[in-house]
Amino acid sequence: MEASAEKAPAKVSSRTRSERKLAWMLCAPAVIVMLLVTAYPIGYSIVLSLQKLDLRFPDQTEFVGVSNYGTVLSSELWWTDVFNTVFIVLISVAIELVLGMAIAMVMNRAIFGRGVVRTSVLIPYGIITVVAAFAWQFAFASESGFVNHLPFVSEEFNWFGGRFSSFAIIIAAEVWKTTPFMALLLLAGLVTIDNQLYEAAKVDGASAWQRFTKITLPLMKPAILVALLFRTLEGFRVFDSIFIMTRGALETESISILGFNQLISRLNLGLGSTVSVLLFVIVVIVSAIFIKGFGVKVEEGRPGG
Amino acid sequence: MKSRRTRSGALGLAAAALAAAATLVLSACGGSSGPPEIKFFVAIQPGGTIEANAERCTKEANGKYTIKPELLPNDASQAREQLVRRLGAKDSTIDVIGLDVIRTAEFANPGWIEPWTGKLKEEATEEVFPSVIKTATFEKQVYAAPFNTNTQVLWYRKDLVPDPPKTWDEVIEMAENLKEAGKVQVQAERYEGYFVWINALIDSAGTEILSGPEAVDLEQKPTEEALDVIGKLAHSSAASPNLPTSNEDTARLAFEAGEAAFMTNYTFAFASAKENAPDIWKNMGAAPFPQVNDNPAKPPLGGFNLAVSSYSKHKDMAFEAAACLADEKSQLTAVELDGLPPSRSDLYEGKVVKKAYPGFAGLVKEMIESAGPRPATPAYEDVSSAVQRTLHPPETMSAEDNEGIYDELKSNLEAAVNREGLL
Repeated sequence: MEASAEKAPAKVSSRTRSERKLAWMLCAPAVIVMLLVTAYPIGYSIVLSLQKLDLRFPDQTEFVGVSNYGTVLSSELWWTDVFNTVFIVLISVAIELVLGMAIAMVMNRAIFGRGVVRTSVLIPYGIITVVAAFAWQFAFASESGFVNHLPFVSEEFNWFGGRFSSFAIIIAAEVWKTTPFMALLLLAGLVTIDNQLYEAAKVDGASAWQRFTKITLPLMKPAILVALLFRTLEGFRVFDSIFIMTRGALETESISILGFNQLISRLNLGLGSTVSVLLFVIVVIVSAIFIKGFGVKVEEGRPGG
Repeated sequence: MKSRRTRSGALGLAAAALAAAATLVLSACGGSSGPPEIKFFVAIQPGGTIEANAERCTKEANGKYTIKPELLPNDASQAREQLVRRLGAKDSTIDVIGLDVIRTAEFANPGWIEPWTGKLKEEATEEVFPSVIKTATFEKQVYAAPFNTNTQVLWYRKDLVPDPPKTWDEVIEMAENLKEAGKVQVQAERYEGYFVWINALIDSAGTEILSGPEAVDLEQKPTEEALDVIGKLAHSSAASPNLPTSNEDTARLAFEAGEAAFMTNYTFAFASAKENAPDIWKNMGAAPFPQVNDNPAKPPLGGFNLAVSSYSKHKDMAFEAAACLADEKSQLTAVELDGLPPSRSDLYEGKVVKKAYPGFAGLVKEMIESAGPRPATPAYEDVSSAVQRTLHPPETMSAEDNEGIYDELKSNLEAAVNREGLL
């Protein structure tokens, strides 16, 4: 579709024009809904972020320009939370990529019970994040969990009593939950590779490792980048696991939790919206880097694309 | 896509069902609706107090209105989040609010709850502990009818400790001497319960966190003495390994498992141990809440007062319902079914309270009378959160030199009362 439109001459026939009009009309409801449910709240958040606005002190509302941004960006807490979020995203996405790739290859090669294998791998992804987070928390809680009774683990060790041991469990829960999603996206890229390429390489005497690095990886680049993009964007909003396991104590807070604390706990809509808008900006920058910098073509990496 | 379609299908069904129900109601009543429903938003009580009281008060209203409990989570912060979200949006479905004692200023300042005046106020505060009435008061107006109160005592193991200690230093020292069996259970997770403990320590040391809604008090020497207690326990062998994640429930569990010789906790711990760990319970003793050095103890004060929402469409009936839900009979039901201490001091001489607190009803009363309430300020959430953040984990404090942390605490509190910065 896109390619043919590019090739079409500047002169547009009346038929093309009416088709375009029809296309716009068909798109219009979706565009209007998108504007209502995404553009409006984002715009409203930006307006709120320019105000001093605390629901507990409704009389003291005033327009303060960008001073909320100054408050947030000069706060030590904000930068700690940015670090925490990036730390969780980098480590969990890296582990997910390796594991997801391995699982995708297994799913691709599975000779019998393909459907069963693919479905069972997806089970963690189908579990509600809050439920999964509780399961992980109960497993590691020093009062009730089974983990401290395993061999080589001290019975007294308090997993949620330290920053990096908490991070380890938060990341493990994230990885456990979203690796299937990663694997599924990668599998979609994997099935598009023609088997003949591997056979030709085998004839030429390429080792399994060479076949993986010279055929699989280059041909899967679009799928890998799209998978990374989706997971990174999702990762930046990490909330549930941290909220359930530590509530952000011991410097394990993410940007989303920071926003929640300002908006919901403190009812400080001004500062809270500022945090949300800044998180939005970060996500936009990350997407821009992926799309412009690495040349991700989202539509190509999609399953069946 | 698929799920969205199903959801809209379900919505459609629900709408159809609602329409059908509405028609039924309308036709049944011939156009006029039945008695109004007074919605009572309150934290859930596992023993069934809320439902029992709502039922009795509906009966006493004689068809004038019905009371429908809307149960909120037991976790104080989560219950508050649900209430403030609705009240911030001026939601008229809330009529009566079960208000945590610390929230009066926060809810009264923006005009979310109605003041109690005249005869209603007289009756609601009759025989109530002055310390509890203070929690329901903001700017000299009473904003809620005291219902139940709550306090902590020092629970200890009579088989391990012949003579209960008086001060925190003694508690820690005795526990250290007991070696393995002698852990001290407190609440030091980063949550409201940690603030409860900190406030009790600071009050007992002889100063206050705030002297007015926006005035930080926090005298240096007593505050440092209070912080020393936390630091001393955190660095002692008497601290439980889960100290930075301990709450009322983990404390109770450890005590019931026989892993602690001491525990500061609310009165529910007694009934809980009786049911879960009868062997431990047989040796469970109650002593006054420990004090900091030679100063009198200032035990925590919790509980709920009942307030009427300013956005209610039936305020008169809501006042009447709240008065009933907080009256003497309701308080007795609460102590009977859920072990919640009444806010009326005269009930402590009665059978019901004595049965719920065998041998320590007098102690509970004494604790409530001498309690040190948490600060009253519309910026309560900011104040509590700033203190929790500065002083968590407990190991942050040392056993004897906390000058640096004191300075940090004071400056963070000053920002918090003015609601500045991120928290």
